[in-house]
This record gives sequence, C-alpha cells and structure tokens, in this order.
Amino acid sequence: MAILIFAETYNGEFKKDCYELASYAYDLASEKNMSVTAICFNASNPSELSNFGVNKIINSSNEELKDFDATIYSNCISDAFENENSKILILSSSSNSKYIGGILAIKLKAGYITNVISKPSFSNGFSVTRNTFTNKAYEKVNILSENSILGLSKNSFGIKENSTKSEVKDIKFNIKSALNKVTSIEKMTTKVTIADADIVVSGGRGLKGPENWHMVEDLADILGAATACSKPVSDLGWRPHSEHVGQTGKPVSSNLYIAIGISGAIQHLAGVNSSKIKVVINTDPEAPFFKAADYGIVGDAFEVVPKLIEELKNFKSSNN
Amino acid sequence: MKILVCISHVPDTTSKINFTNNNSEFDKNGIQFIINPNDEFGLTRAIWFKEKNGASVDVINVGLQDTETTLRKTLAIGADKAIRINLEPKDSSVVAKSIADYINENNYDLIIAGRESIDYNGGMVPGMISALTNINFIDKCINIELKDGVVNASREIDGGKENISTGLPLIIGGQKGLVEENDLRIPNMRGIMMARKKELLVLEPTEYSNTLETYNFEKPEPKGKVTLISSDEIEKLVDLLHNEAKAI
Repeated sequence: MAILIFAETYNGEFKKDCYELASYAYDLASEKNMSVTAICFNASNPSELSNFGVNKIINSSNEELKDFDATIYSNCISDAFENENSKILILSSSSNSKYIGGILAIKLKAGYITNVISKPSFSNGFSVTRNTFTNKAYEKVNILSENSILGLSKNSFGIKENSTKSEVKDIKFNIKSALNKVTSIEKMTTKVTIADADIVVSGGRGLKGPENWHMVEDLADILGAATACSKPVSDLGWRPHSEHVGQTGKPVSSNLYIAIGISGAIQHLAGVNSSKIKVVINTDPEAPFFKAADYGIVGDAFEVVPKLIEELKNFKSSNN
Repeated sequence: MKILVCISHVPDTTSKINFTNNNSEFDKNGIQFIINPNDEFGLTRAIWFKEKNGASVDVINVGLQDTETTLRKTLAIGADKAIRINLEPKDSSVVAKSIADYINENNYDLIIAGRESIDYNGGMVPGMISALTNINFIDKCINIELKDGVVNASREIDGGKENISTGLPLIIGGQKGLVEENDLRIPNMRGIMMARKKELLVLEPTEYSNTLETYNFEKPEPKGKVTLISSDEIEKLVDLLHNEAKAI
C-alpha cells in the first residue's frame, strides 16, 4: 500500500516543503512496511524526489495543469489516491494545499488533520499531535475513518535524504474545465515568501514609519529572509496585510525569526510560537517578547540593526 | 441575492488557554467569546452587499445555546436572520455536513465562511461545504465584487495575490482584506433592540459520525530564559546564531 504525497511545484520546480513531506512519508512508510507515491504536476525534474525516499512519482504534464486550480487539482489527486489504493494522503501547509484539503477530505471520505507536528502513533488507533489555538496548545487527535489526510506543519519534521530507486510515470487525468478563471497574478515580492522562508525578519511600530523599512529589507536581504510585520503595522497601512504575522494574520514556522521593534502582544507571539529560534530587538526591556525569545538585545533598532547588518556582512564574507 | 455567513463562536484573541476534564476539553471558564475574526470580516462584507446591492444576510452557527449571544451580536450588526444547529462542534466534517444540509435546502447565492477559526485552526469547513454542495469555492479570499452576475475576487497566495473571475453560486473562505479592521461595526443601541426581534431559528442536527476524536490537550513547555546580548557586542549575536543556534 502506498502513502500518497502531493508535491507542489512552482514554475516546474518543487517547493521546499515537498522534501519534508517526502521525508515524513518515507519514515512512516518504512515503519508500516508501505511505499511512498508522489503526485505532482508539470515538474521539470520529477526524479528529484527519489532522493527523499519516494518510490513512485506520478508527474502529470499538461498545459491545463500549469496553474493551480482547486477543482482540477483535487480531482486529479483524488483519482491518484484511488488508483494507488492509498489510505493516507499527506499535504503541506501551503495556501494551495490548505485550499484543497477540505475538498479532498469529503471526496476521499477521509479524516483530515491540519497543522500536524508529529509522526503518527499507532498505540491507540491512529493518532497524531497538531498545533491548535494558534500554537498556544497541542492537541492529540485520533482518526476514526479508514482514510486519512495529514496536513504537515512546515519545519515540524525536517528534511532527511534517503536515496531510493524510483519510477516516474506520466499519467493523463481526465480534466474538467476550471470554474475560476485566473485573470492575473500579482506578486508582492520577487524574493522568498513568508511561507517558504527559513528566516523571517519582522518589524513593528518601534520602527516609527514605513520610510524606515529599508533597515528590515536590508537585514532580510543579507540573510536571504522574508520580511513580515506586526498587526498594528499592517493596520496602519505601512505594510501589506500579506505580511501581517499573528493570530488573525499568518503563522510563521521558520528556523529563525527576528523581531524588531515588536513588543510581543499575545496574538503576535502565538503566531510565531512554532518558529525555532527567536531574536528580539527592542528598546523596552519589559517588552513581553523578551519572555518568548531565545536571544534579545535591549537597544534602539536604529542603532542595533545597522550594526547587525555590518556584522552579518563580515560574517558572510568570512564564511564564503 | 441571498447570502449566508458561517459564524464560529471563539475565545477572544487575548484569552489565556487552559484545559479541563483531564486535559480533554477547552476550559471555557472566565473566557470572553467573540465572533471569529475571519468570519466577522466576511459578515461585514455581506452587510455592505446588503446595503449597496439589496442582499439578504443570514448567519449560521453549529453550537449549543451558549453561542446565541454571538449570534445576537451578528443580528445587531445587521444580519437578518440567524440559524443555530443545536450540536456541540467537535469535528469539522460534521459541522460542514450540518451546514451543507441547510444550504442544500435553502439555496444561497453566496456563502461566506472564515478561512479558519482562531480556536482550533482547522481551516477546512469552507472547502468541505464546497465539496458537499458542489458549489465553487475560493479560499483565503481578500476581495469580492459583484457586477451583472460576474464575480471578481482576489485570493491571497504565498507571496502575492491571484485575481479571479467567476460566477455565482460561490463559497468563499474569507479573511482580513474583505474589509479592513476599522470597517468592523460595533452594534449600536438600535441594532441591539432590533436584534431581539429578529428570528433565531434552532434546528436539531442530523446525526453524522465523527471522523476525528480529540483525546488530549497539552500546553507547550515554558520557554527557557532569553540570552541577552549587549548592544555594544552585536558580533556575539552573530556568533551565537551561527555556532549555538545553527540558524545562520
């Protein structure tokens, strides 16, 4: 029996979380004596997934699958799930995967758990741990249905290489016409997105105005990081909503989160709780963020950040 | 045009989260409940449709009697009628099925749900309703306009937005952007008085079996103490991030 993973591509390239999904599925498959099948659309180098333990790669190359469409994609994935006699589907936590997760749960009559952060445990049926209450708690959930869908939270398992012999198949799915016509796509950034970034640099009201954001951007550039902001900053219109991190904005589960001039309201801290390492730079030593951070600098961002940029430049040049 | 807005009754965003009954249930004791923020953006957008395009706005909730205060608030803000399916929401698929049943019997043109509730963060109910009713769906919707039966909407994608043209009927998973924070309405006295006279229909649920069962909640371990670095020794931070945290 195969565990199916949906490996998302962007312009033909696998998104980074595909490797984590594959690593997670391989680990589970080895334990349960199963195999791993991946489904992807228009991947330019599908066999890349064989480095992460995927045994079979279904790569459907079709112009009609070029852009994401929830109806079309979920139909193809559901067909693949049935063709592969699969019982477990693993999705990422990207916008697109979350979009189709609910649809697939109904189609496949599957119990669907999002924000999964653990490997399944079989000691009491089939259960996993997930994040809940915006990272303020963990929840252990049992899946009661025969089929299951796990939405894996980013960075919760890690990427593990497992070179495997794999077969690549191009399958033509029966594609119905799309209900949504995409008229245009506006990319806010040509750089890494918050969802994909290993490092996120985030600014708050302590930066005093949008004109000072070059500091955040410069710091992000040198780290290859995405930029983000606190809720007041997006409410004030200094930065777009898509950068707002927190309970009503985006969750961030990066390796490193650097908060500049953000005091750390409970809703913001919840949103970044699943990031591994947190750094706070703030003038107020009483700011709640210091209680949630791993490293802190009490100081004025306007002095600290330029110095940090300099130090990172030195670090990068001596490490390259 | 008939609009249905799905409403979750959730703890206020500042709530301290605790569990009870041997850590198997959320402790509602002392908790202030609010309209789920993602739903409230959608509700406000629906009321704009009502005011500008002459739509009717119904709200629906799956919950026990305690959620009626939240439903009355939606009526005070401007919804016309509330429906409560009398069931404790424990499984998203059962919530979706209960709402889908109501939609299948009471045709709506536009169904607005929040992209996710801020309590359990399942984020799956709108997609499930779409699959159950065969109604087209746009998730993470941040803008929706209607003109001559054509819907122009935008959805947030990772790193940007996608503009979509489609038709009705439609389900959206809404969030901030549908309206802004300062567009949200506080019920006024007249609204509150009127809400008392509006219909709040309570329906008994059809029984569906759960696909999931939560058996334990846990809170994260308290965080260790922060390592403070002097602003004169920033090189130390770089060193720690590289050698100790292995983050750069």
